[in-house]
Amino acid sequence: MKTVKVFGPGCKRCEATEALVKQVASDLGIAVEIEKVSDPKSMAMAGVMSTPAVSVDGKMVHSGGLPEAAHLKQWLLA
Amino acid sequence: MTTETHVTAPHHQRPDWLWYVGVAVVGTLGWLIYGQLIPMSEWVTSLFPVARDSHTGEAIAFFVYDVPKVLLLLTGIVFVTGVLRSWFSPEKTRAILAGKRQIWGYPLAALLGVLTPFCSCSSVPLFIGFVSAGIPLGVTFAFLIAGPMVGPVGLGLLYGLVGWQIATIYLVFGFSIATLSGFVLGRMGLERYLQDWVRDLNAGPTGDLPETQLTLVDRLRIGIEQVREIVGKVWIWVLVGIGIGAAIHGYVPEEMMLRIMGGEAWWSVPAAVTVGVPMYTNAAGVIPIVEAFLGKGAALGTTLAFMMSVIALSLPEMIILKQVLTLRLIAIFIAVVATGILATGYLFNFLL
Repeated sequence: MKTVKVFGPGCKRCEATEALVKQVASDLGIAVEIEKVSDPKSMAMAGVMSTPAVSVDGKMVHSGGLPEAAHLKQWLLA
Repeated sequence: MTTETHVTAPHHQRPDWLWYVGVAVVGTLGWLIYGQLIPMSEWVTSLFPVARDSHTGEAIAFFVYDVPKVLLLLTGIVFVTGVLRSWFSPEKTRAILAGKRQIWGYPLAALLGVLTPFCSCSSVPLFIGFVSAGIPLGVTFAFLIAGPMVGPVGLGLLYGLVGWQIATIYLVFGFSIATLSGFVLGRMGLERYLQDWVRDLNAGPTGDLPETQLTLVDRLRIGIEQVREIVGKVWIWVLVGIGIGAAIHGYVPEEMMLRIMGGEAWWSVPAAVTVGVPMYTNAAGVIPIVEAFLGKGAALGTTLAFMMSVIALSLPEMIILKQVLTLRLIAIFIAVVATGILATGYLFNFLL
């Protein structure tokens, strides 16, 4: 079980990022637990400055925009 | 506009050359249409059953000329800016600014504010990221003011709608206001007016992301994504702004405009700022209104003050910042920036 965190205040792109993570995970047949982080303090503690940002199992992999499906696949399989 | 298409869209299937050809074809097409806007808009206006030189005819002509013009300009500018900004990121900017405490940290921050991509919904994490990395509060403010104030979208539209002279004046003064306001705020020692939890926050992990190497096609796609997102969001403001501009252009008598916004009325500059701050729109919505003001003989200083206060000081933005700043700090921030805008307005009305 992978834990994926999606950081973002709840804008459109953040929702699209969450949907993309779900989509890619189900394509790959991987079980993921998605956590949305929208509180500014928690974002700051994680070092996120531009949203949407994504971390997989506690490791930051992306920030500042919608990630690409191909990249997400690599991160989820790593 | 929907972002859903992205979720299922197959990636990396089109060859690179197709992207280059596509961008070149769309760009050329836009350029050709842009050159034919006057005959096209005159033809559309002639379809309406009103006299061309009547109030209504003037208003319609303004509207049908400006809508395609602003939308084409906006698309082009947003695309180019999106591609150029893909070389910058908030993380890089923070690394550059973190080492600079000297006096030129302020102009540098203002410059980076223009170049670094960030949307207003990211301004809180960005603010915290800067402050927790030890970047002085004043330098952070210079960055935050310059971003919206002298953004490329506003500059490009000013250039296209009211000419390069005013666009240049706006660039120089917007940049100066951001730098000076940041400097003044920095000298005031305002750290104690941050929200408690922000002040107590020690720098977290710096989010050391692996540097991703983008190809040129990746950057073109970022540009297209930006167009989809920004034009998709602001088009309605563009229509409203041009509608108001058209009404002013067609119906407001020149004597009235001179009385309210002319250089003689000393109170017009503070009035313009007072009206501008609570207005919630963006450069794309306000510049067509500015175009109509100037066309009717409004004073340049008053018009600049109005435009700057709308773009740089919007209340919704301040409400977002309320999460990290106390009300007192927000009030000081607004007062300092508004003073700079007032000074600019008076200066121009006095000089011209």
